[in-house]
Amino acid sequence: MRRFSRFNAVSLTLGFAFLYLPMLILVIYSFNSNKLVTVWAGFSTKWYGELFQNEAFLDAAWVTLRVAVISSTLATILGTMAAYALVRAGRFSGRTLFSGMIYAPLVMPEVITGLSLLLLFIGIGLDRGVFTIILAHTTFSMAFVSVVVSSRLVSFDRSLEEAALDLGATPFDAFRLVTLPIIAPAVISGWLLAFTLSLDDLVIASFTSGPSATTLPIKIFSAVRLGVSPEINALSTIMIGLVTVGVITASLVSKNTALRHERDAKAAERT
Amino acid sequence: MQRIVLIAVPYFWLVALFLVPFLIVLKISLSDPALAIPPYAPTLDLAAGWQGFLEFLRALDLDNFVFLTEDDLYWKAYWSSLKIAFTATFITLLVGYPIAYAMARSAPEWRPTLLMLVILPFWTSFLIRVYAWMGILSSEGVLNQALMWLGLISDPLTILNTNIAVYIGIVYTYLPFMILPIYSGLERMDDSLIEAAEDLGASKLGAFWLVTFPLSVQGVIAGCFLVFIPTIGEFVIPSLLGGSETLMIGKVLWEEFFNNRDWPVASAVAIILLLILVIPIILFQRNEQKAREADQ
Amino acid sequence: MVNSTSFAPWNDPHAKPLIQFKNVTKRFGAFVAIEDLTQDIFAQEFFALLGPSGCGKTTMMRMLAGFETPTQGQILIDGQDMANVPPNKRAVNMMFQSYALFPHLSVWENIAFGLKRDGKSKSEIETRVAEMLRLTRLEKFKSRKPHQISGGQRQRVALARSLAKGPKLLLLDEPLGALDKKLREETQFELMDIQEKTGTTFVIVTHDQEEAMTVASRVAVMDEGRIVQVDTPDKIYEEPNSVYVADFIGDVNLLRGQATARKDGSGDGGISIAWAMEQPDLIASNADQALTNKSVTLALRPEKVAISKERPPEDGPSGINALEGTVIDIGYLGNLSTYHVQLADGTMIKAQATNTRRVARRDISWEDTVWVSFTTTAGVVLEG
Repeated sequence: MRRFSRFNAVSLTLGFAFLYLPMLILVIYSFNSNKLVTVWAGFSTKWYGELFQNEAFLDAAWVTLRVAVISSTLATILGTMAAYALVRAGRFSGRTLFSGMIYAPLVMPEVITGLSLLLLFIGIGLDRGVFTIILAHTTFSMAFVSVVVSSRLVSFDRSLEEAALDLGATPFDAFRLVTLPIIAPAVISGWLLAFTLSLDDLVIASFTSGPSATTLPIKIFSAVRLGVSPEINALSTIMIGLVTVGVITASLVSKNTALRHERDAKAAERT
Repeated sequence: MQRIVLIAVPYFWLVALFLVPFLIVLKISLSDPALAIPPYAPTLDLAAGWQGFLEFLRALDLDNFVFLTEDDLYWKAYWSSLKIAFTATFITLLVGYPIAYAMARSAPEWRPTLLMLVILPFWTSFLIRVYAWMGILSSEGVLNQALMWLGLISDPLTILNTNIAVYIGIVYTYLPFMILPIYSGLERMDDSLIEAAEDLGASKLGAFWLVTFPLSVQGVIAGCFLVFIPTIGEFVIPSLLGGSETLMIGKVLWEEFFNNRDWPVASAVAIILLLILVIPIILFQRNEQKAREADQ
Repeated sequence: MVNSTSFAPWNDPHAKPLIQFKNVTKRFGAFVAIEDLTQDIFAQEFFALLGPSGCGKTTMMRMLAGFETPTQGQILIDGQDMANVPPNKRAVNMMFQSYALFPHLSVWENIAFGLKRDGKSKSEIETRVAEMLRLTRLEKFKSRKPHQISGGQRQRVALARSLAKGPKLLLLDEPLGALDKKLREETQFELMDIQEKTGTTFVIVTHDQEEAMTVASRVAVMDEGRIVQVDTPDKIYEEPNSVYVADFIGDVNLLRGQATARKDGSGDGGISIAWAMEQPDLIASNADQALTNKSVTLALRPEKVAISKERPPEDGPSGINALEGTVIDIGYLGNLSTYHVQLADGTMIKAQATNTRRVARRDISWEDTVWVSFTTTAGVVLEG
């Protein structure tokens, strides 16, 4: 193995300091009792209290959560179908257009996606609100789901599906009983990705939301445009906390599964 | 039967919510602004049948695009977006490469944890990560406080609302996109290649430049495109961290649409932006294709 | 090895075949995988498809399973045209080369998978799976997942799973390819045993000729989308119908020449082959005189060629075909040795001798001048 040099150690330390210090500072200052955010005046959790009193924020959070759950679920279903069609259905007319449409949202600037969907909704006279945000989020996040799922499908041993058919399963049963359980981790990561994208999205939601529905990012954006605010610091801390716990749990679970798998495989060779 | 449903459902969804909206943008970019609802003309009158459709086609023109070329605000915005994206990508590469390199050289049992630490910010809200810098970079922010406390400066530096803040924001938020492809290239590299180079007389630095770096170029290119492409159309970073001097096309489009309510010009801006993006996207796909072929 | 002398339905004109390929052609784009193939396979046969990779053997098997459909022609199973029958509606099961065990299901659940699809009752499934576990000696591992068992056990799970539904026909795609040599040999006999016990028709695809010869009742040698010869293993080896088969199966000397009918009055018939300048003609008394004036190849197995330091007596059985040469190489294989002898004109002849005595044959060494000889019926004369 190559030696880990001092230069490497310095790069890593500075790199991770750069990645994490800003968030750490944000978290620390969320406990600042001073209304002037940048001047430390002692520890306090009062901004968290105020945050939970703020109806507008709570409403926005509720809208965001609903949009995220529904749109990521729809995006997962559609994205998995699209991935399956691309990897498994072979040639069909319009396949090039299909794959182009699936992957284009990945590189499409959000302002353009937002603008085009808004023009569509106005064109067909659809009132903007929770429903239109869900449509928009489903459309742009299904691309991400299908990338994740199709990369798993490509490496999937096709003879497993053939074996299921051979043993009398209908094509749908083969998918339900064999393919889906095996690609489930990819489908779940796809869902989580779509969920996070929806939670975070500001630009597309701004275009496609109406006065009846404001999402949390829109709320945050309009608040921070005027400058740093202690309530937003508290809100950010909560969101950072949730993500950190989630990601660490997920990586511990997957690490454990991998370890157990490895141990089992070694034990099997000895029998 | 099942196959048809499988294809048709996502296909139909994408045609309705991706292709059609895009065609609408294209169409409106060729229309004229009007003081009406919707604020553009002509509108397609389906009742008028084929004749109406021809009328409609005749009324479309390239006036908005001509307008874009005449007003140098737009030229400057496109040019400055490209410049900012290019510079920021380069800085991200300079920051990201040593980190990826160090990760690839760390002990194998540490790598998953380091990888998780790089990915973690991905899952954290983009908006919050940009916002975090507002409190740091403002004139009474953490950075200025620290520098003044250390006695390095006597007056606060103006960083927030300048292009420097925009660069910091871009490097910070897009850094994982740069690190991951470079790391995955370096991590797969066979250590004995460097030993072979050194055995054949190369110095440590020589071995890096002659062996390690050339083998990581594919990852570097991928990382650069992954930063460059989304940065061009970036909106959140310039509007939160940038100032009046910061001209980026995503922000111009937003303002054209929401503040000036000029839908045809906003649509034309979007179409040109897409045309500009096509080139790096094609180059990026070529690079990915090459990487896949090399893998086989 | 022939399972039994009495089992030979292919010789019975009244026997009804289980599988019939009728002028089947399969194309993938411009590539012809199977070309106008007609072949019958009978119930309870252990039928081996043998050939190099890309010869179309796997395509034939996948057409039987229903994963590919013929471009032209018909495939009948039990008299029924399979053209529009999907894989899940066929009484045919397949054991995959990769085994294709469902990684998320236990051994028990893998074996029960097909039975559950048939809507069998719980107790029926229990009984049948238990029977299969017993047959393949997997009772101890029934609740393990595929990654928790060894390669040989995985192979047996795959076999048990494909046999569980009691298919009329079992397809085995390189079933032993992933096992090491020793385990492979044991498993070959196990397979034959199971085939006999269950009475299922087996069609096996393999590129390993030893495996095909060991297990099969009939072997079909394939090349470029065609079946070149179908016969029992011993006939394939002893009576190849073409140079391709003779060359593909086992080790062989191929001597090319011009045939003439024997007129030396010995009354033995057969032909003599003029094959090289300054070498005596070779005599093949078992050859058809109709080959006269044609160019022919004498295929000669090395174990049928004797080697000696002295010329064998001319009136002896192997004295007629005797050639002089020099030993170039000796391959010691333990139980036997292969001698590579170069004749005066440069032709290489391989001769094999058993090492019955420890020091026997050691008198023949490199660079020695020796005689290689064979009887007039030792070889097979093939056209071309």
